[in-house]
Amino acid sequence: MTFLARRIGLYLVTAWAAITINFFIPRMMPGNPAEIVFSRLSANGIVTPAMYKALVVAFGLNTHSSLLAQYGQYWVQLFHGNLGTSITYYPTSVASVIATALPWTLALVGVATILSFVIGTTIGTVAGWRRGGWLETLLPTTTFLQAMPYFCLGLVLVEYLGVKLNWFPVNGGYAQGDVIGFNGAFLASAAYHAFLPGLTIVVTSMAAWIVGMRNMTVTTLGQDYVLVAQAKGLSRRRVMITYAARNAILPSFSSFVVALSLVVTGSVLVEYAFSYPGIGYVLFQAVDNEDYPLMQAVFLIITLSVLVANLLADFAYVLLDPRARQEA
Amino acid sequence: MALSSSTTPASQNTLTVITAPAIQGRRLPRLSLKITIGLVLLGIFVLMAIIGPIVAPYDPSAIGPDVLAAPSAAHLLGTTNNGQDVLSELLVGSRATIVVAFVAGALATVLSVIFGVTSGYLAGSARGELLNMLSNIVLVLPLFPLLVVLTAFLPNASAWIVAVVIALVGWAWGARVLRATTLALRNQDFVQAARAVGERTWRIILFEILPNEIAVVAASFLFTLIAAIILYTGLIFLGLGNTNEWSWGLILYWAQNEEALTVGAWWWFIPASACTALLGCSIGLIGFGIDEFINPRLRAAGLSRKELRTMSMNQGLTPVYRDGARS
Repeated sequence: MTFLARRIGLYLVTAWAAITINFFIPRMMPGNPAEIVFSRLSANGIVTPAMYKALVVAFGLNTHSSLLAQYGQYWVQLFHGNLGTSITYYPTSVASVIATALPWTLALVGVATILSFVIGTTIGTVAGWRRGGWLETLLPTTTFLQAMPYFCLGLVLVEYLGVKLNWFPVNGGYAQGDVIGFNGAFLASAAYHAFLPGLTIVVTSMAAWIVGMRNMTVTTLGQDYVLVAQAKGLSRRRVMITYAARNAILPSFSSFVVALSLVVTGSVLVEYAFSYPGIGYVLFQAVDNEDYPLMQAVFLIITLSVLVANLLADFAYVLLDPRARQEA
Repeated sequence: MALSSSTTPASQNTLTVITAPAIQGRRLPRLSLKITIGLVLLGIFVLMAIIGPIVAPYDPSAIGPDVLAAPSAAHLLGTTNNGQDVLSELLVGSRATIVVAFVAGALATVLSVIFGVTSGYLAGSARGELLNMLSNIVLVLPLFPLLVVLTAFLPNASAWIVAVVIALVGWAWGARVLRATTLALRNQDFVQAARAVGERTWRIILFEILPNEIAVVAASFLFTLIAAIILYTGLIFLGLGNTNEWSWGLILYWAQNEEALTVGAWWWFIPASACTALLGCSIGLIGFGIDEFINPRLRAAGLSRKELRTMSMNQGLTPVYRDGARS
């Protein structure tokens, strides 16, 4: 289990690094974001003492305490879940803005990542297995999809499948008038609305899985154990799945962090293009309104979610690779 | 970064292949079709970035009388809602996009070599492990949101600053691949010989190890280029960075803000998207070619379907054809 312990240690250090970066960014940058935030907040209405305190701690506004003391206070606020007050959604607290948006993104991005992984890996295996087949000749086109700006595909889908053909809704996470809750009608509506954004993420992020898996399958096919399996007379299907694919898939898990980064980037832009009520859209709103507290909190939440996702990938890796389990 | 999982396997399996050409001779292999197409396309875009602003028929910011005009002889790619010429915007905007990509790509590659090769060579020592941990942390941090937050605090940051920021957050993937390659190289005889002779560490890294990793460095540079293009375009599209400097992202930003597709102005939106995708595609094709050079098993072009089938099905050993004989 040292493998997992090491990974968890790395993620803890990364979480600490992200939180510390978040603390230092507003203090290192030129200009005075604290002034902007303070004047924006005052323009919105009364700044309560609690809000003021959060602002002081987050941005080092009007403070005479040392950097170290500020850093300590920052952690205390963080542990109380006090991330400040949003300017965009005044007077809602940043924490509750994020709590509303997070489930949407987790559902959309979670399902899209899994679908993209499953579809991409399957196509990659088949392409690598059938050398010279039509799938393989299509490989270079995947770079085109990958390099295409996500929002471009998104906006084209919105225009043609959404507006022109009117098959799918073009914005929002659910129909107006829907009551949010865990019932069949609402979930169906949510899934219907998530279809186009999800499709965009899957199509643009799939290429990385396809190419990686195809290359690994091709490399694995040259190994002796695959030759032995074929010589034993096992069925082609069995050789492909339990001998070639099973081994070829391992690097996909260790490079999961890399592919996930693509999905996260894509989903931020895609949520914006579809006005999807998730974290990415909130991030855009925050940027648009110079809402620094909200922006930073969104960055923290995304980082923590990415860390958890990577941890899950590591668990899957340990399940699949006996070597990672035995390594002591 | 993300785009580059294709080179991961190659770098883990084929060190003998990497070292062989560097040692045996200076003979360069014939360029594959993929590399040729990629290089030609990339050349066209680089040319566009160099002469684009000079040959642009109009001032891209100049407001004209033809509003939202479809492509015609006067405006080859039509106009925007302010009567600006889309072709001129595209030509002028190519420079910023390509400069940012290359500056960010070059800087990130230098960083990934410093961190990756050094941490691989020094693996096991405290310094090496520290460098490795640093690159692992940067690798796990979500790139785009971090970039958004950093740029948001730098209002109207010029393209140069954005390029530097992209490089600062985007070097980690290349470092990881280079570390893996270096780990396998560092116990090879020629490196041990250099160590025994008493060469300095930096000299061993630069002159013994690095020349054998050129293909891996090139692959990671190319994928950083694609990443930089996507990140830069995405940032500008969100309205971050300098929104007075023409780039393809800015064309898309305005097209989105003015709802170009809703009013049916596809000529406003499609060219910049297509150019971005084609530029990325050309770089990706060169990357594919380099992958095949590093790991010849991946080669498929030039072999007929039947040959490939025989190759993978009936023989466990994949024959690697000499360059020149095929492909």
